[in-house]
Amino acid sequence: MSFISSFSFMSQYWMMFVQGVITTIELAIISIVFGFIIGIVLAILKKSKYSILSIFAKAYIGFIRDTPLLIQIYIVYIGLPMIFDVNISDFATGVIALTLYSAAYIAEIIRSGIESLPIGQFEASLALGMNKWKMMRDIILPQAIKNILPALGNQFIGNVKDSSLVSVLGITDLMYQAQTVRGSTALGVQPILVAAAIYLVITWILNCGMSYAERRMSVNDIR
Amino acid sequence: MISVKNLSKNYGNNKVVKNVDLEVKKGEVVVIIGPSGSGKSTLLRCLNLLERPNEGTIKFNDKNIDINMKDVKSIRTKVGMVFQQFNLFPHFTVLENVCHAPVVVQKKPRKTAEEDAKKLLESVGLGDKKDAYPSSLSGGQQQRVAIARTLAMNPDVLLFDEPTSALDPEMVTDVLRVMRDLAQHGRTMIIVTHEMGFAKEVADRVVFFDKGKIVETGTPKEIFDFPQHERTCDFISRVLHVI
Ligand SMILES: Nc1ncnc2c1ncn2[C@@H]1O[C@H](COP(=O)(O)OP(=O)(O)O)[C@@H](O)[C@H]1O
Ligand SMILES: [Mg+2]
Repeated sequence: MSFISSFSFMSQYWMMFVQGVITTIELAIISIVFGFIIGIVLAILKKSKYSILSIFAKAYIGFIRDTPLLIQIYIVYIGLPMIFDVNISDFATGVIALTLYSAAYIAEIIRSGIESLPIGQFEASLALGMNKWKMMRDIILPQAIKNILPALGNQFIGNVKDSSLVSVLGITDLMYQAQTVRGSTALGVQPILVAAAIYLVITWILNCGMSYAERRMSVNDIR
Repeated sequence: MISVKNLSKNYGNNKVVKNVDLEVKKGEVVVIIGPSGSGKSTLLRCLNLLERPNEGTIKFNDKNIDINMKDVKSIRTKVGMVFQQFNLFPHFTVLENVCHAPVVVQKKPRKTAEEDAKKLLESVGLGDKKDAYPSSLSGGQQQRVAIARTLAMNPDVLLFDEPTSALDPEMVTDVLRVMRDLAQHGRTMIIVTHEMGFAKEVADRVVFFDKGKIVETGTPKEIFDFPQHERTCDFISRVLHVI
């Protein structure tokens, strides 16, 4: 059997991969959206004048960045039901783990975006009588977020790839589906190669989309 | 209008403003001159509490301002500030730059704020630029927008921190013309500048500031033509030679 023809299993199993892709994209999108919201909160908490809040944010970000994602997934998987005493679906568990994970990275991205703005933007806002909240909402965050869109795009690509780890929870993402196909077909590496190719294509499309968006934004750059 | 007594500000052990007394009456134009690093910006920034003084009292319209107060909105809206680097908001149009704070801070109805903003932009000669973004404007135009933005809050006092120092020479006159106009309309202004010609012409009073202290103060004639202190003489002769 030639290597090429060993991929003939795809005619029977392609639907599984499609489902896997859908789940993977869902995981990545939901976790980037909530991760972004929590990331903003963390970035602001980290700057808080109340040391309890800033220490909490620093500790949280440090923990997430300095421990393996797989361990964090297990902590959420085992810990959440213990704390809240409810049944949480595996998918929700995966989403929560990925959200908490990306929130820490996004918080750091947002912090760097805020710190890269000229100090004059803060001073002018305050001198006009804005309070910190209005300054962040109207002046600082809109500019910071625009500056960090490329980094957020990279984080999203990271989420697509990292979501493969939640397959350990039995979530039918692309990685899990590839493993399932491997089991059903008794094939060695082929289903995994297919999954790898699909990840590559997704990442490639996202990268193209990002450079297109960046070019568009620099053309009508308003600055 | 503003009365400052014994104002001091230090950064760590570095005393930047040392026991300064300053009195500015309504309608008065006070120009502060002095070498760079002498603490002029810091003094101005203490007046709207952008920096917290370490000691001293600030009276505003005969009312004592608590220099540690939390609610700084009232003082910040009454004391407007124009910066050397303009600091316009790049993601807003010119019109939004001018009417944002009146709407968000002073809760003016948007329509009124926009009407007022358009009039202010006319008055600084930029009525046709209201829909432009700051990046498309020259430095001089940006600074005039920044002045309009400050005026939109209807402040009682205007602080200018070297408003023309970041400008190309050909832009300076446009900005100075706007400021002269404001002075003639009875605005109370405190201006830090190196534009000695402008100071001579527009100032009611000139303050020479050095090493965190007011060395001497007087009419433009007194300071420029008959300076009493050696340091003032040195400074004046140096800047006048440069020009
Ligand atoms: N935020 C700050 N932290 C520490 N030192 C500062 C700060 N701002 C100003 N200084 C110091 O205070 C002194 C006076 O600065 P400044 O008020 O900007 O002077 P000027 O406006 O007359 O040039 C300088 O030596 C400067 O280094
Ligand atoms: Mg200065």
